[in-house]
Amino acid sequence: MTQNDTYDAIIVGAGHNGLTTGCYLAKAGLRTLIVEKNDWIGGAAVSRSLHDGWTYSNCSYVCSLLRREIVRDLDLPRFGLQVIPYEGGATFTGDGDYFAYMSDHDALRREIARHSPRDVDAYDRFAQTVMRQCRFIRPFLLRNAPDPTSLHPRDLGELAFLVKQAHGLGARELGETIRFWTMSIGDFLDEHFESDLIKAHLAGSGIIGTGLGVYSPGTAYVLLHHYMGDVDGSIGAWGFARGGMGAISNALGQAFAEAGGEIRTGAGIDRFRVRDGKIVGIALENGDTYDAPIVASNMDVKRTFLRHVDRACIPDDFHKAVTRFKIRGSSAKINIALDRMPAFPAAPPNAPFLRGDLHCSTSLAELERGYDDWKDGRWSAEPYFDMLIPSQIDPTMAPAGQHMMTVFVQYAPYDLEVDGVRSGANWTDGARDALADCVYEKMQQAIPDIRDRIVHSEVRTPLDIEREVGLTEGNIFQGELTFDQLLFNRPVPGYADYSTPIDGLYMVGSSSHPGGGVMAAPGANAAREILRRAGRGRKMPRLAS
Amino acid sequence: MNTHTVPIGLVPGPVHDRLEALSRAKSWMGWAGYISPAVLETAEFEYFAIRNQTTLFDISPMHKYRITGPGAEAMLNRMVIRDVTRIAPGRVGYVMWCDQDGMVIDDGTLFRLGDADFRLCCQELMYSWLLDAGWGFDVQIIDESHRVAGLSLQGPTSWSLLKEAGLDLGDMKPFDCRQVEPGLMISRTGFTGDLGYELWTGWDGAGALWDRLWAAGRNWGLRAIGYVALNIARIEAGFIAAGMEFQPVHAARRLHRGRTPIELGFGRMVHWDKGHFNGRRALLGQLGKGSRYSLVKVDIAGFKPAHGALIYHRKRREVGYVTSGVWSPTTKRNIALAELKAPYGTTRTDDLWVELYVNEEGRWDRRMLPLTIQDKPFFINPRARATPPGPF
Repeated sequence: MTQNDTYDAIIVGAGHNGLTTGCYLAKAGLRTLIVEKNDWIGGAAVSRSLHDGWTYSNCSYVCSLLRREIVRDLDLPRFGLQVIPYEGGATFTGDGDYFAYMSDHDALRREIARHSPRDVDAYDRFAQTVMRQCRFIRPFLLRNAPDPTSLHPRDLGELAFLVKQAHGLGARELGETIRFWTMSIGDFLDEHFESDLIKAHLAGSGIIGTGLGVYSPGTAYVLLHHYMGDVDGSIGAWGFARGGMGAISNALGQAFAEAGGEIRTGAGIDRFRVRDGKIVGIALENGDTYDAPIVASNMDVKRTFLRHVDRACIPDDFHKAVTRFKIRGSSAKINIALDRMPAFPAAPPNAPFLRGDLHCSTSLAELERGYDDWKDGRWSAEPYFDMLIPSQIDPTMAPAGQHMMTVFVQYAPYDLEVDGVRSGANWTDGARDALADCVYEKMQQAIPDIRDRIVHSEVRTPLDIEREVGLTEGNIFQGELTFDQLLFNRPVPGYADYSTPIDGLYMVGSSSHPGGGVMAAPGANAAREILRRAGRGRKMPRLAS
Repeated sequence: MNTHTVPIGLVPGPVHDRLEALSRAKSWMGWAGYISPAVLETAEFEYFAIRNQTTLFDISPMHKYRITGPGAEAMLNRMVIRDVTRIAPGRVGYVMWCDQDGMVIDDGTLFRLGDADFRLCCQELMYSWLLDAGWGFDVQIIDESHRVAGLSLQGPTSWSLLKEAGLDLGDMKPFDCRQVEPGLMISRTGFTGDLGYELWTGWDGAGALWDRLWAAGRNWGLRAIGYVALNIARIEAGFIAAGMEFQPVHAARRLHRGRTPIELGFGRMVHWDKGHFNGRRALLGQLGKGSRYSLVKVDIAGFKPAHGALIYHRKRREVGYVTSGVWSPTTKRNIALAELKAPYGTTRTDDLWVELYVNEEGRWDRRMLPLTIQDKPFFINPRARATPPGPF
């Protein structure tokens, strides 16, 4: 028998943004339902146990961007969320050396000097530039994007805020800012450093999750996106959520439940129900229907409008804009259970930097070649990866003495090319194994005995991520973070304020400003907008800043 | 040769060689004359080990006094505000003791090792006061400060670590203490509000005990820590510290610096029904007249720690100050303990502001930030009290 019921608001998708919106709406007194297609909540912020004794953060794997104002507003630590920072990182070379990034500034200087004396103070200037850009952008994260095309007083207010902030930079810094937002990470690093190894170590943040190469314009901003978070006010620092990234979603889920919200899992949406240009509710795949005057989609903009909204309900221009929105899958993920801590022969014993993010790509040219492979529909012959062993810090992730490793792999295409044909169907088990094998081959640069350490592994291609999480093409940001689809152009020009052409339907996921990462800012901003339009704006807490 | 010289400056404690080898920050401080680590590597990561793995901290500089004899219970019961007869052998009690005006001399932990055998651990020198308090009782009082060493093992994996070290204490409840091996006593106590134990042994055995824990700690993320990290955890737990939240009245040179247990928020710990004890009459008087001050837990807006900041009512009238303030990395709040002049903090709790001065790269900024009073400790986690404890 099918069910139906009426709510004040319905959110489709229990990712971290959907849950965040849900928390704010429920706390404001709206009777709120969240429906989720999977049997668990969290979207791409999940902890799953796929091998006895081990927990994988099997999609997103580190935490920094999650806005502290939201954590405080929603009191997430009370629901078990504990974020633990990690220190440093390293890139291992093929000849038994490494470059280590250390949180101790003096040690870092010595380490840079070991590779290139000239790069020591160059690093300080690089860090200064990045930090100034972070300071510039951070105030925009929890505000609506300013829209220069609108004359509405509120948009003008946001625009005035932007102008004021930009004016404060001064002419030269403003010029640098615009360069920074549009240039490639490769060019930016070439301007600062001479060591290929140091450049390669720093370049990773500019391409992670992005279908662009290190010399593609716009990648410098992607680096900024990875630096603008913080752990306890330490800007640029990253950490683990104790118990895996699912701890964030579970804390949000509990906060939502405490505020009176309802979650239905195993409840995939069939379509958004629209009447006379207004949203009236949703219909689930199982035939259940729910009514609500407010419906929010946590799915990406393509999945929302190209799969679950009747084409006749949206203007052609909007449809076209959604179609052209870039949301390309470029990364894979391997989660590994290790029988013990693997040996890193190049590193000193118990080196603290082994607790951070580890890599094996040693030059920008190598990274660019990896991108070339992806353009042709293949995974990179020499892939870039961002690997961490969180169980060194978080005792809950693996049995004592054994370890869990998370490996983010770039580049891997969504539609794999085989014999001249590009198709997701080419991701066979054999292809998956071959990808993993290629990663292990490269990984031996750092960990020669990696293959002997593996007890269990999970290989996730862009296609797998799309199928399980629902992210179109497995793009981790719900749409690439390039200047043409940021700020007032995200996701679609004219709709940066979380609204859509359908009255009462909102976008609350990372497709919206300020974009991807486990940040919860789109969810919170959207909640503010929804409550304001529902005449309940005063129910939105002032941010605890 | 003059044999009457005493060491000048700080002297090494019982595990100093271990600490010296681990110290990267070279950041030391004095604690009761001993070299004690402020930070060994970084305060931040040491702090997170307290809340996520396990930490080791040398508490040997604490003053320790042994009180034994048929009159021990009666003597201590007359000295401290709690009813000592309700602390059974094998249990530990948190105690405070006052002068005749009801002002707190010091606080500490009282270990009841047997019917007529107690150990008192505290921050302040207390030997002569104990001798005075023992006058007329059939007790023997020994200063064990330099004979007994203590290591504090705190953190969610501490129980697992002890098990790996061959010490299964699954049945031990919070505030239990027990002799587990000859020459080794363990109590489920600590200064962090988290799962944790304190291990007590002879001064000369501390090094071996350290090594034993260190060897077992490999799989449990054991990290040695300094005072800075510990201080964050103790504020999160809402614990008071001598010299910070109160001035031990025997050491304060200025008048009117003393505070009563009631003013410090421990009114419920005063056991009025047990008969006479030091300060009882004065404290009873305060019950009638009301407190002069109240120590409160506060949550302050913003992210800058407010240590030492003044507190205002309606941004104008000065009504108190922050005694300990810190950003809490686990609860993600800007927390503090603060002393407010009555009636603020008791009957008037709204419109309170912290005045903060912040230096941001050479520019001073004055900020008035709203504060709200909390009644519960900032950090509460069921793992701290679970018996048997969880593996992590």
